[in-house]
Amino acid sequence: MFRFANPNRFMNWSGKLLPWCAAATAILLIVGTYLALFVAPPDYQQGEAVRIMYVHVPAAWMASFVYGVMAASSAVALIWRHPVADIAAQQSAPLGAGFTLLCLVSGSLWGEPMWGTWWVWDARLTSVLVLFFLYLGYIALVNAFDEPTRGARAGAILALVGVVNLPIIKFSVDWWNTLHQPASVFRIGAPTIAASMLWPLLIMAVGFTLFYVTLLLVRMRSALMAAKLRALRLQEFQAA
Amino acid sequence: MSAFRLLIARDLRLAMRQGGDAAMVVAFFILTVVLFPFGVGPEPELLQRIAAGIIWVTALLAALLSLEKLFQTDYEDGSLEALSLLPLPLEFQVLAKCVAHWLVTGLPLTLVAPLLALLLHLDPAGYGALMLGMALGTPILSLLGAVGAALTLGARRGGVLLSLLVLPLYIPVLIFGVAAIEASIGGFGARPHLLILTALLVLASGLVPFAAAAALRQALE
Repeated sequence: MFRFANPNRFMNWSGKLLPWCAAATAILLIVGTYLALFVAPPDYQQGEAVRIMYVHVPAAWMASFVYGVMAASSAVALIWRHPVADIAAQQSAPLGAGFTLLCLVSGSLWGEPMWGTWWVWDARLTSVLVLFFLYLGYIALVNAFDEPTRGARAGAILALVGVVNLPIIKFSVDWWNTLHQPASVFRIGAPTIAASMLWPLLIMAVGFTLFYVTLLLVRMRSALMAAKLRALRLQEFQAA
Repeated sequence: MSAFRLLIARDLRLAMRQGGDAAMVVAFFILTVVLFPFGVGPEPELLQRIAAGIIWVTALLAALLSLEKLFQTDYEDGSLEALSLLPLPLEFQVLAKCVAHWLVTGLPLTLVAPLLALLLHLDPAGYGALMLGMALGTPILSLLGAVGAALTLGARRGGVLLSLLVLPLYIPVLIFGVAAIEASIGGFGARPHLLILTALLVLASGLVPFAAAAALRQALE
């Protein structure tokens, strides 16, 4: 882990990794979308609307996953003062907020024909909405200080406090009797989803994950470059 | 533990002398609740239906009002730095500050709540759950608020930011506080909801001091 603490070394290997990640993302998302839209069968109850699931479910997984990444990097940044982990956490936040919004909007579009309502106040939906607000609060807090390191430190603590929400999201469908259906893929025993639907879903999920990794690397690289640029300008200033 | 008690006494004395913090919070609580009959109409059936929600939501907002000053004045006049040099760990100091904050805001809110419930025609069966729920829930509000107040020390637009950070974390307290009242009115018994509130209180008082103390330390650096 400490080998990656050097920003120059990070720029080196991330530059080499980036094209591969981008290519894999493009292939997986194209294949996954094709399978989801044309190959996977329509559901016997939901009809064609089930295809929204191939976007909704990966987005929902990513919403929690990105928060997990953010919290883990925040912990690493707080404990070992790891500069690259700090940047990883900060640059993950807008991506996570985007995935959460996509999850909420796609779920809402699915809910209208299926449940007959755009929104219900059940435990799963409410806890994901709280997750969205946590992302927004984190972004606002990081940017609220004149001194960037203070913002980073305060944000890291907030990210760790917000972790309590993740198990609530995961288990909300088991603890409360909600309208949202319980898990059908990650559960004890075999998945209850048919294989013809599971495969497109998994390909989409891996595609979403790589999409996140690609965007994260791009954002981290540009943040590091911006910081270096600022330092160079300051040097020029002081020399003049 | 005498330092712990002294710290509580100090905060209470400051609150008394600066005057009216508790009075302001209670006044805000009453005034805001009184706005609702004007807003939604004075029909007793309607008010009775939404009384629990109004009281709890307004209590959250009232608790939020006074949070900004929890560490702010100590931070600005430098006494926070002096306090951080005490042998008493910062975690316990946070806890002492939360106790003092609860005594000045949460306790008066809890005591006024039944009066407001009367104004809103709350079902008599709900009074016990309201009082118990408020007694268990308002300390959680002070504790969670302490994390937000410590994190936003020295931030630009600290007050607005504080509400953005803290209100999402308040949602569970609101849910179980209202559910306890609804359950006891419906005849199911408020016990499970009150037990969950107790669990939340225990968890918060165990974990919050560490988070808030970490936030204070990075603010003092």
